[in-house]
Amino acid sequence: MDIRKIKKLIDLIEDSDIMELEITEGEESVRISRSSTTTAPVVYSTPTPVPASSTQAVGEQPAVPVPAPSPEEEPLSGHIVRAPMVGTFYRAPSPGSKEFVEVGQRVAAGDTLCIIEAMKILNQIEADVDGVIAKILVDNAQPVEYNQPLFLIE
Amino acid sequence: MLDKIVIANRGEIALRILRACRELGIHAVAVHSEADRELKHVRLADESVCIGPASSQDSYLNMPALISAAEVTDSVAIHPGYGFLSENADFAEKVNQSGFIFIGPRPETIRMMGDKISAKKAMQRAGIPCVPGSEEPLGDDLNENARRAREIGYPIIIKAAGGGGGRGMRVVHTEAALHNAVTLTKSEAGAAFGNDSVYMEKFLENPRHIEFQVLADAHGNAIHLGERDCSTQRRHQKVIEEAPAPGITEQQRRDLGDRCVNACLEIGYLGAGTFEFLYENDEFYFIEMNTRVQVEHPVTEMITGFDIVKEQLRIAAGEPLSINQEDVLIRGHAIECRLNAEDAKTFMPSPGRIERFHMPGGPGIRVETHIYSGYTVPPYYDSMIGKLIAHGENRASAMARMRTALSEMVIEGINTNISLHREILSDSAFIGGAQNIHYLEKKLGL
Repeated sequence: MDIRKIKKLIDLIEDSDIMELEITEGEESVRISRSSTTTAPVVYSTPTPVPASSTQAVGEQPAVPVPAPSPEEEPLSGHIVRAPMVGTFYRAPSPGSKEFVEVGQRVAAGDTLCIIEAMKILNQIEADVDGVIAKILVDNAQPVEYNQPLFLIE
Repeated sequence: MLDKIVIANRGEIALRILRACRELGIHAVAVHSEADRELKHVRLADESVCIGPASSQDSYLNMPALISAAEVTDSVAIHPGYGFLSENADFAEKVNQSGFIFIGPRPETIRMMGDKISAKKAMQRAGIPCVPGSEEPLGDDLNENARRAREIGYPIIIKAAGGGGGRGMRVVHTEAALHNAVTLTKSEAGAAFGNDSVYMEKFLENPRHIEFQVLADAHGNAIHLGERDCSTQRRHQKVIEEAPAPGITEQQRRDLGDRCVNACLEIGYLGAGTFEFLYENDEFYFIEMNTRVQVEHPVTEMITGFDIVKEQLRIAAGEPLSINQEDVLIRGHAIECRLNAEDAKTFMPSPGRIERFHMPGGPGIRVETHIYSGYTVPPYYDSMIGKLIAHGENRASAMARMRTALSEMVIEGINTNISLHREILSDSAFIGGAQNIHYLEKKLGL
C-alpha cells in the first residue's frame, strides 16, 4: 500500500467522524484509528494473510466509547488486572486527592488500585496479585467496559 | 428525536433496532457479552461496550451493567428489544430512576400486565373478552377450588400468575386430579417465578392463537395494526406466524381491534404492545398482553407498510403517532418462518461456525438476520438465528414465495430448521390455513 493512499485515508478520517478504519488489500491491511492522547489519527500497517483476520487486529481492542484507550500493538506481558464491570475509571478516591497507585509502585494482593464508578456507586477495584505496577492502561475519568485491561502488574 | 440509545439486546432484534436508529439519525450503542463481540450489529454500531461474560445472567440480564453502559456513553434511552429484561418492570423502573428513557410502556403498566391475574382484571374492566376463570388467586381450600372448577367446567388449566409464554401451566381433566395439579403448579411457580400465585381458567381444547398489534403514544392516541395468526407452535414456541389471520373478517378485526385500542387508552399504555387471544368457535378469549415489540412484528409491517420499531423510537422521543387508524390498510398476506440453529428433526441446538450463508431474494422477500458467512453461533443463548418473511398479494402467493425463498436459502456449517419449514409449507393442512395450536405437534407426532 503506497504512502499517498495512506495519506488520503488519514485525511478522510480527519475530515469525518470515523473513529477507526481498516482496509485490507490483497495481503496487506492498514488500520487507522483515533486515540484519546493524540489528535492526529494513528496508523498501523500489518501485512496479514487474506482474508479477514481483522479479528486478529481487533482482538485486543474492543471498540470502546469515545475516547478509546491508547492502542497497544505489543502484547502485554505480566499480569493484567481487568475491569470486572462497566463504569468510569478513577485513579483517586476523590478529585484532587492522591492517586491510589503510580507506575513503579509495589502493591500487595488486596490493595485498592482504582475506583470504577457505576450508577453513582464507587466500586473499589483491588489487586489480585502482589507485584509492581508496570503500566496504567486507562486514563483518569475514562469509561471502561467489562474485562477491559486496566493495570499491568509485574 | 433521541440523540443516543443503548440497544440492550443481541442477535437479529438488535440489528433491527440498529437499522431503525440509523434511519432516524439516532446514535446506537451496542452492548454485548464477551461471547458476542462478533455480532453483526456490534460490528456495525457507532459504539459498543462489553458489559459482561457470556452468561446472560451476567450480561444481558445484568441491570447495573446495562445502566452503567448507558451512563458512560451519555445515552438518553435504552431499547430492551424482546426477551431478556424487556418485560421486567423493575428494570424499567431502575432505568427511569437513573435518568434514562425506557423504550416501552411505563413500569406500572409492565407490572400490571406481568401479573396475569391483574392483567385479566384490567382487560375485563376494559371490555376485552377473557377466558372464563377464577377472578382471584387460588387458595388451599380444596372444596372451594373444586367448586370453581365445576363452575367453569372441565377441562380446566391451572396457570401461574407470574408465568406466561406457555410456562407454569397444567391441564386438569377431572376433579380427582385437581388438588395435586394446584399444589404442583404452585410450587413450580414459586421456584420459577418467585411467585406461587396460581389461577384457574377454562381450557380451550382446539383454539387458534391470534394476537393484535397495538401502538400508543404519550398524547392519548392509540391504534391497532390488525392481527397475526401464530398457531403453528411447538412446545408453546412459535414456529411460523402470518398476517392477517385466515378466516378473520374485516368486521371481527375492526371490532376487536377497536376494543384493544380502547383498552390501551384506559390503561395508559405507551409504545408497542400485543394482545394475545385464543380463538375458538368464532370467539376470542384474552390470555395475556406482551408489553414489548414481538419477534413476529415483521409480518404486520409487511401487510401495513408501517415500521413498528421506528415508531417505538418516535413514541419514546415524545412524538405523536405518525398515522391514524384510518391510515391503517391491510394489503396482501405475509408469512414468517423462524430460523433456528437446531436439528430439524430432533430440535437439538446446533451452535457453531456458519461456513456458508446465502440469502434468498426477490419480490416480497425480507430477511431479518444477524448471521453472515464465518459467523459463529454461540451456545449461550436461544437458538433463533433469524427470520424469513414472505409477502404476497394473497396467502397463496405469500406461501409460494416462501417456498421459493426457503429453497434458495443456504446455511452451511450448522444444522437449521429450514427443512422443517419446507415440510410445513408443503403440508396440505397448513396450506388449507386456519390450523389450531396443536397442528404442528400432531403433524410431528409429538
